[in-house]
Amino acid sequence: MKKSEFIEGLKSGIPIGLGYLSVSFTFGIMAVSLGFNWWQALLVSMTTLTSAGQLAGIGVMVMPGAYIEMLVSQLTINVRYAFMSISLSQKLDSKFKGVFKWLLGFFITDEIFAVAISKEEIKRSFFFGLGVCPYIGWALGTFLGAILGNVFPEIIMNALCIAIYAMFVAIIVPVCKKDWKTTIVVLLSGLLSACFYYIPVFKTISSGLQVSVCAVVAAILGAIIFPRKEGNEHAN
Amino acid sequence: MSMQIKEFFIYLIIMAGSTYLIRAIPFVVIKEKIKNNFIKSFLYYIPYTVLMAMTFPAALYVTGHLISAVIGLLAACLLALKNKGLTLVAVVTSVVVLVCELIIMVL
Repeated sequence: MKKSEFIEGLKSGIPIGLGYLSVSFTFGIMAVSLGFNWWQALLVSMTTLTSAGQLAGIGVMVMPGAYIEMLVSQLTINVRYAFMSISLSQKLDSKFKGVFKWLLGFFITDEIFAVAISKEEIKRSFFFGLGVCPYIGWALGTFLGAILGNVFPEIIMNALCIAIYAMFVAIIVPVCKKDWKTTIVVLLSGLLSACFYYIPVFKTISSGLQVSVCAVVAAILGAIIFPRKEGNEHAN
Repeated sequence: MSMQIKEFFIYLIIMAGSTYLIRAIPFVVIKEKIKNNFIKSFLYYIPYTVLMAMTFPAALYVTGHLISAVIGLLAACLLALKNKGLTLVAVVTSVVVLVCELIIMVL
């Protein structure tokens, strides 16, 4: 482990950790309002480390014995991680292998992916450092939300709920600004998503599956119509 | 607490286990550099299309009022266009939504 790279990763993870703190705070509140204990909410966050999947997960948990539904919802919501893992695997340095992949693979989230993929080469120590603050932020925020949630008025909670989406916007927009092709592909995904959301026939499909379908269809069309040039996969 | 503790742990294992494996297996198994340009292009686009599909239009309905979410997200776009960091964008957007909601409450 190279210390300087670890520290660099640690620093890069601070904004993600702060973002997660506010987002998981909301998760903690929601979990408690559904009837979970604080330690259950915390345990979910510490073992699962994902936003949309956990949110859907606690919704399924309140129903008795819906194990298959839990599995299906998690797989469809989280299938994006498989794609992100493959993307990341293409950029790992030579020391990033074996048991380190099994351990550090746990840290792959949307935001950690976004930061890591912007590097030319992903070093093991850097990636480990990058995971630390988001993990602490996610767990701590859940704990605080579960303990203190009822203290805050609804109007503040409404404002906090938008934070995670603002973070997504902050990841998408700078990339679109540099590349109009990506902009079109992203807009296409949004258009499909709106169709699913507003056309009654599609309302029966779970929101996690909707996201996966929209994203995969848009990305396939993007890959066909606007293939990336060799050596320019992730324009900086 | 309506749910049995045992059932909670079964659910937890399914949720955490499936989420972990879907991350780790592709990460560990794929060792070669992917040469196929179609797959490379697909992998380039997928994170952004996922985030977009999660954000739009769901984010419009997470605050108390549609208008506060729209203004908040427009503020987020504007800040992101100026390449502000993730945390700054998240915090400012939350504050903008809070102010909008307060104004709506007063009106």
